[in-house]
Amino acid sequence: MIEARPLPTRQRPLAQSAITGGIGESVKRPEGVLKVSGDFPYSSDLWAEGMLWGSTLRSPHPYARIRAIDTTEAATMPGVHLVLTHADLPGRKVYGLEIADQPVLAFDCVRYEGEAVALVAAEHPEQARRAAAKVKVDYEVLEPLTDPELAISGEGPSLHEGGNILRRLRIEHGDQNAPAEVVVSGEYVIGMQDQAPLGPESGLAVPDGEGGVDLYIATQWLHVDRDQLAAVLALPPERVRLTLAGVGGAFGGREDLSMQAHACLLALRTGRPVKIVYGRQESFVGHVHRHPGRLRYEHGADSNGKLVYVKASIVLDGGAYASSSTAVISNACSFASGPYAVPNATIEGWVVYTNNPPCGAMRGFGSVQNCFAHEAQMDKLAQALGLDPVELRLRNAFQTGDSLVTGQPLEGSIPVAELLRRVFSMPLPETTDASRRDLRELPGGVSNTTHGEGVRRGVGYAAGFKNVGYSEGFPDYSTARVTLRVVEGRSQAEVHTASVEVGQGLVTIQGQIARTELGVSQVVVLNADTRVGSGGSSSASRQTYITGGAVKTACEAVRERVLEMARSELGDRAGRGETWRLADDRLVDASGRTVIDLVTLLGDEVVSEEREYRPRPTEPLDERGQGNAHLQLAFAAHRAVVDVDVELGLVHVVELATAQDVGKAINPQAVEGQLEGGAAQGLGLAIMEQVLVTDGKILNPSFTDYLIPTILDMPPVRMEVLELGDPLSPYGLKGVGEPPAISSGPAVLAAIRAATGREVSHVPVRPDDLLDL
Amino acid sequence: MEFLQPTSWREALEMKTARAEALPIAGGTDVLVDLNFDRHRPEVILDLNRVAELSEWQPANGRLRVGAGVSYSRIITELGQRLPGLAMASRSVGSPQIRNRGTVGGNLGSASPAGDAHPALLAAGASIEVTSLRGSREIPVDEFFLGPKRNALKPDELIAGFWLRPAPGPQQFAKVGTRNAMVIAVCSFGLALDPEQQTVGTGIGSAGPTPLRAGEAERFLAEALGEGDHWRSGQPLPESARERFGELVARAARPIDDVRGTAAYRRRALAVLARRTFAWAWQEYTAQ
Amino acid sequence: MRISCRVNGEVREADQVWPGESLLWFLRERLGLPGAKNACEQGECGSCSIYLEGNLVCACLVLAGQAQNRDIVTVEGLAEPGALHPIQAAFLETGAVQCGFCTPGLIVATHDLLRRNPEPSDAQIKEALAGNLCRCTGYAKIIAAVHLAAGRLVSAP
Repeated sequence: MIEARPLPTRQRPLAQSAITGGIGESVKRPEGVLKVSGDFPYSSDLWAEGMLWGSTLRSPHPYARIRAIDTTEAATMPGVHLVLTHADLPGRKVYGLEIADQPVLAFDCVRYEGEAVALVAAEHPEQARRAAAKVKVDYEVLEPLTDPELAISGEGPSLHEGGNILRRLRIEHGDQNAPAEVVVSGEYVIGMQDQAPLGPESGLAVPDGEGGVDLYIATQWLHVDRDQLAAVLALPPERVRLTLAGVGGAFGGREDLSMQAHACLLALRTGRPVKIVYGRQESFVGHVHRHPGRLRYEHGADSNGKLVYVKASIVLDGGAYASSSTAVISNACSFASGPYAVPNATIEGWVVYTNNPPCGAMRGFGSVQNCFAHEAQMDKLAQALGLDPVELRLRNAFQTGDSLVTGQPLEGSIPVAELLRRVFSMPLPETTDASRRDLRELPGGVSNTTHGEGVRRGVGYAAGFKNVGYSEGFPDYSTARVTLRVVEGRSQAEVHTASVEVGQGLVTIQGQIARTELGVSQVVVLNADTRVGSGGSSSASRQTYITGGAVKTACEAVRERVLEMARSELGDRAGRGETWRLADDRLVDASGRTVIDLVTLLGDEVVSEEREYRPRPTEPLDERGQGNAHLQLAFAAHRAVVDVDVELGLVHVVELATAQDVGKAINPQAVEGQLEGGAAQGLGLAIMEQVLVTDGKILNPSFTDYLIPTILDMPPVRMEVLELGDPLSPYGLKGVGEPPAISSGPAVLAAIRAATGREVSHVPVRPDDLLDL
Repeated sequence: MEFLQPTSWREALEMKTARAEALPIAGGTDVLVDLNFDRHRPEVILDLNRVAELSEWQPANGRLRVGAGVSYSRIITELGQRLPGLAMASRSVGSPQIRNRGTVGGNLGSASPAGDAHPALLAAGASIEVTSLRGSREIPVDEFFLGPKRNALKPDELIAGFWLRPAPGPQQFAKVGTRNAMVIAVCSFGLALDPEQQTVGTGIGSAGPTPLRAGEAERFLAEALGEGDHWRSGQPLPESARERFGELVARAARPIDDVRGTAAYRRRALAVLARRTFAWAWQEYTAQ
Repeated sequence: MRISCRVNGEVREADQVWPGESLLWFLRERLGLPGAKNACEQGECGSCSIYLEGNLVCACLVLAGQAQNRDIVTVEGLAEPGALHPIQAAFLETGAVQCGFCTPGLIVATHDLLRRNPEPSDAQIKEALAGNLCRCTGYAKIIAAVHLAAGRLVSAP
């Protein structure tokens, strides 16, 4: 019933072509053929017979009381089937990832510009838009609270029960009054970044005719969506079934609900399939952003450049609703001092409610904001000490046996110094005479602003890190079902999880693991849905680790059953069954000789096992911010080379170089893609990306004015990928996705400072920041 | 919403006379954004794409007449030698996709202060040919822009094309944006030197309610070049005169603070662009 | 209004088209060709790149009515059914595809580049593809894909 027109077959699996290799190989993505052909069914491509289009009326005010809503006229507009407001909600009126504080549809008040107030379902989206515009909302406009510092002070309106401080965290590590010989301080302001996935929020809800609903959706976590939806729809979870539709990028922006509940509500009430697709402008208010922040730092060191203490105060603006803010501030504080050993630290963090756009998850998750600050501080400290910035970092780099400021010991490979040495040793790009360069290799590009005049080169370094997986005791697990059977005369493994492919390559990796573990050449990865247990979110760089672990564990269980079958059917042959293994679609003995081929062994038997994989548990931080709160840590270092036109304040990034420890590269080509793509997002935040918010209103909700890097802005990325392993993780792998987005931007800032000699403390750096105006 | 699709210029003019509220659309690169973003629902759309005359250009009486429907891509490939300033501006427009579709005529119709073609047209002293059933008239481009997104068209008039002399001397265009491609101007500057008349033309974009000329800067530079006999000798202007030119260009701007940049930055950047573009143009002049 | 045009070699029609509808919407929702993607609605991302009368354009910036009786080629029309065009194969092999949302537009834009300039330099590739945003890859593998495809197309008989 559901298809992306004009696909001829129904319920076509997303994974089309074969998985062609095992772990450690650069296997092509199996859904790639559909993607390059234009046939991959993204959530915005779906279509169903009799489908209606949903549209959302949103608040034009950042803060207002709702006195009344009148839908009379809207309901009579041409093509309109239904208009819904909060009064029509069947179940819980609020939702949220950690705190259910966000209205499905605003009831007593609106707390940000763009908050959903009413819904329309109509035959054509233009009819739905016209009708939504006719819903009359009587607002009492209130003065918005937009300054996070004011929110901390307790002045101004209280936006939620319990006040405006969403979470305050204090980390006390070592001596709180340690004196230092050299002290540097700084204040850093980080702008609000948007995930800007190219695929806007969209999905299709289909009522099942029995009171339940199927939702085809682009999300990061099917089960957390399902559980929130079940509460809102007042349905048992099993009657809310989610199937993953093609995801056009995520980067954290799809962790919270957007149109999911709205489409389901309209579908259940109209009895018709309902599709909602946001436009780009709506997308800017339809998902949370990266928290903007103000970070005040003081670093103390001895005269040899060894850190004595770090004091930091971090204020993040959570915006109108909680989303994942409480976890973001935990990360921002845990990793506030960077990948450096510091004996004493006082870290104070706040994340607060305001009437600004809600903020939550984005790639890097709290470690991005603090990295700009601690790396700027390290450069300042190097300058104050007369030390080379890399040398200063090497003297303080984390080593195995050191501990985080939260007291958590650092175990396994902690290659911070190694990564820094690697990027430092890579050859620098040639310095050619700027006046002879092609325009496309100069600041300003083809806009022809310089032929070399005013161009100065700078080189900068940064290192960063963050946690892989969930922290502070949040249950982390994933579920996989693996089935082995004979299909059309060939043995075939099927992998089924609810874990989401967002483009990172998880489908490929699941197939690679099954191929390796089961020695089967034909592997099919089924589309993710809620018919199998939760896979957790595609976030926190965790899926290869956790879902990879689940697939591996389920494969091991299947393999054990197959071996057991063989031993009982063939007899143990004097205990040699202990050394049998699966390879090349056969059961082989220790010397690789065929014992029996799988097709013969399996016959009609279907061997299927579902397993959960749970990594080592973590624990909450205590009242002094101490505790083993994190599972695995992943590190990267970057070097940036920039050319700055110092008369115009324009920047051209010439090259990025990076070294990262990935433990084990399960798919080396996909690893490279993560390192390059993450670096581009870091570069974007460093020099161009900012959601501009004034008085609670977004000024640039479009790709004309919210700029992300084009191919002309992104330089080549020189890289070294280290595989140092981790004794606790499957195959020794480490999470890969986020570190590239953490230290890349700070390295660009450092290079800009080196080129200009200016103390740049605003991210993204704006042309005005580089001139004396 | 009604959709009108004339196939001849005469038919287009008749439709515009009959339906003054009709919104003309050429490449659609501005109009469609307003439609897609639900900012505007015109009652009537007048599609000019089928009017073949609009996509022609030809030399006439020592000038070039360029139809309003000639795309930026064609200006770059077909007119790059004769209209170098406009071609440089065209190269900075959006992306290949936009340049294939967008037209100078559409840019003039939108009359955005940030239109990339405008500074080049101002600097080169273009005039705009506008037509209705009542007849045609030529409007000097510096009288064409009346305010932000307002131009001198009467309700029954359509933009037929624009007139320019093939560049008699070096021309330059430079645009500041915070990205290396696909960016709306924070500010932009066009410069045209006319060694025959010994005059200087300028155009400022995105730094005022309309695209602007920097008249005082033009006169100052022409005088400075004339007084020192620079046109003949090819000697460089003294540093102080080049600085002064930049200052006068900056002073001619009337910028505001907005989402793309601050007024102070725009003034500063214009002074830099004016100095640099003059240096490049003069280098080209003396190399000939 | 009624719109008829030739899409990927076939005459296609639809009735009751709202005059404000973009060609992108028309292709996706009326003709069931979802290859061209809607990501920005303002020509800033190139995800909806198609050929209109042989010119590379953003379908979101063309009114459906403007395509009346015109010739259109979309990503779905670049290769024979069931086969991949060498550009498509190169994108897949080099890892130039992650989420893939930008990919169809990039493939059409690359197709346009390579028919005009069969062996482009890095700088020429960048200028030609500057109108196609990608948020996943950081573009390096896209440049590699264009070179790979160019090499194969040039050496193909």
